[in-house]
Amino acid sequence: MNRKWIPKITFWRLVFAAIMVMGLYVTYIRLFKGLGASTALSDKVPWGLWVGFDVLCGVGLAAGGFTITLIVHVFNIKKYKPILPSTVLSAFLGYLLVNAGLILDIGRPYRIWHPLIMWNPHSVMFEVAWCVMMYTTVLSLEFSPIIFERLKWKKPIKIVKTITIPLVIMGFILSTLHQSSLGTVFLIVPGRLHPLWYTPILPLMFFISAIATGFSMVIFESYLSRRAFNKRLELDILASIGRVVLVILAVYFVLKTKDLYNRGALKLLLDGSHESKMFMLEMGFGVVAPLALLSVRRIRESQGGLFVASVMVVMGFVMNRLNVSITGMMRSSGANYFPSWMEIGATMFLVAAGFALFAAAVKYLRVFPEEKPAAEPAETLELLVPQRRTPHNAGMAAPVGE
Amino acid sequence: MQKGMLIDTTMCIGCLSCEEACREKNNLPEDCDQTDLSECKFTKVFQRGDYYVRKMCMHCIEPACASVCPVGALKKLEEGPVVYDENKCIGCRYCMQACPFQVPTYEWSKALPRVRKCWFCYDRVLAGGMPACAEACPTGATTFGERGALLLEARKRIADTPGQYQAHIFGEHEVGGTSMLFLAAVPFEQIGFKSNLIQKPLPLLTWSVLSKIPDFVLVGGTLLGGVAWIINRRMVLEDERINEAQKRAQEGTDDSSSLKRFLDRFKKN
Repeated sequence: MNRKWIPKITFWRLVFAAIMVMGLYVTYIRLFKGLGASTALSDKVPWGLWVGFDVLCGVGLAAGGFTITLIVHVFNIKKYKPILPSTVLSAFLGYLLVNAGLILDIGRPYRIWHPLIMWNPHSVMFEVAWCVMMYTTVLSLEFSPIIFERLKWKKPIKIVKTITIPLVIMGFILSTLHQSSLGTVFLIVPGRLHPLWYTPILPLMFFISAIATGFSMVIFESYLSRRAFNKRLELDILASIGRVVLVILAVYFVLKTKDLYNRGALKLLLDGSHESKMFMLEMGFGVVAPLALLSVRRIRESQGGLFVASVMVVMGFVMNRLNVSITGMMRSSGANYFPSWMEIGATMFLVAAGFALFAAAVKYLRVFPEEKPAAEPAETLELLVPQRRTPHNAGMAAPVGE
Repeated sequence: MQKGMLIDTTMCIGCLSCEEACREKNNLPEDCDQTDLSECKFTKVFQRGDYYVRKMCMHCIEPACASVCPVGALKKLEEGPVVYDENKCIGCRYCMQACPFQVPTYEWSKALPRVRKCWFCYDRVLAGGMPACAEACPTGATTFGERGALLLEARKRIADTPGQYQAHIFGEHEVGGTSMLFLAAVPFEQIGFKSNLIQKPLPLLTWSVLSKIPDFVLVGGTLLGGVAWIINRRMVLEDERINEAQKRAQEGTDDSSSLKRFLDRFKKN
């Protein structure tokens, strides 16, 4: 009888369990022994991997959420509806990662609510704190119908559905502010951040790269979900997202190059310094290579090609955020920093927990659309007006109602 | 009026009386890093070539640390000191990252840490006294007074003995001006001062973006709301048209021609 409830022991489950145990241990050391005992941070390098990856990247990787919800609910492009639930879910998990990362990173986590009542509108961090709190709330509301549906709670679904559009618009505005404000954070260190990365348009660059990465994450997740859960998403949706990524990357590349030129920083690219190499790696691997890949039609319209390109964009994005927050600050700080094993361990812990939550949600909730046995014969009217809104659209499966 | 201190590096003999007075005044521990500013040292004297140079919080007129603090734990007082309220601080350490002089330090070894830095002995300054370090300085290398008066004094020293001083008061314009002013006999970058500081207050850089947020939220929200309304309205109308067409098509199968309906009218009469 009991056997059913004991999960089968596999290699990956063992790895997962080991990461969980390590994560709990690191969390204990961090919370009870302090930051000095758990991190490689110092007075000269006050921000490390937890800010650079857990917070900066967590927010950016969640960027698919606000763009896809806007496209589906405000612009009414229903073609993207099938990927809405999984995108909102991963954005939500991304923000949970950010929140967890912040709790580990800030010196006094139990005061995390202080910005609610102690205001300083001149602080970018104040804006960031409010965006994190409010957008996490928006995302949980956007995702809630799927949970209510499972619980068969009719009334809450109805309530969330009536406020969907305001919710989506609020989510878009909060995300725009939040993505760009993470760049604004670094505007105040002009003498310290290396000139390859410091630019007055950092907020814009952070925003654009987050959008490209958000879309790439959608492709990345869809591919992995197909492999792991045998759920398939239509290739034409992903291919058209690939086209969007291509355009955004091109804009990003042009802006970045022109900005370097405007500031006379192009010559820094070739000075052979550590920073210039890291910059070339970031741009070459994360922007130029995927640009080249995606501009080939055969690659752009194949599962594997899209997957490889999107992984490169995501990794380039991670490199960019780490370069801005760590590599670019290193020389002026007068110290060295490499994350301690506990910083890396805690990050692995949070990421693994995110994957597990995603898998659990796919298993127990309707994150991916039900696979239809066969397409119903199309009515002539639908052929005449293909873009029309179907009145009874897939029942309540939508993450946020019509 | 803003108080300040004038530190004349040509007069410092490296006796470390200021360090000692600071340690006593602030009950600083001694069991941590003494090689730079730290939770054990709010001020430190460095030997740079032939000169001794004090390092401590510059008490900027428009401090980056106070502007970036999300909860307003750091504050610039009218009298000059930049002070810290440890009961507000959440420990994000943005102040440490934002400070152009890398002054604020952290109690890394504690489970409930605080930011630590020179606070310009604000209890004494507000009561009309002078900071412990200025009082302890035996040579007058560190003098305390009104910032305006100290600037005049510094200019006078430069004018009186031009051979002895660089014609530059560090802190007069750097990052919009600081309460601490420095004089030196050699170019400042030779004795460890940063030369790449901008001349305007750092908080302006972030404020120029932050101040646009309310407009962005209002205009963006209205615009997107309008777009959503227009597109959805169009969809609803389209649905209605489709429904009507369907209805007409259904009616048409059992009672197709309008001519027949037209003729039916006459039958009733």
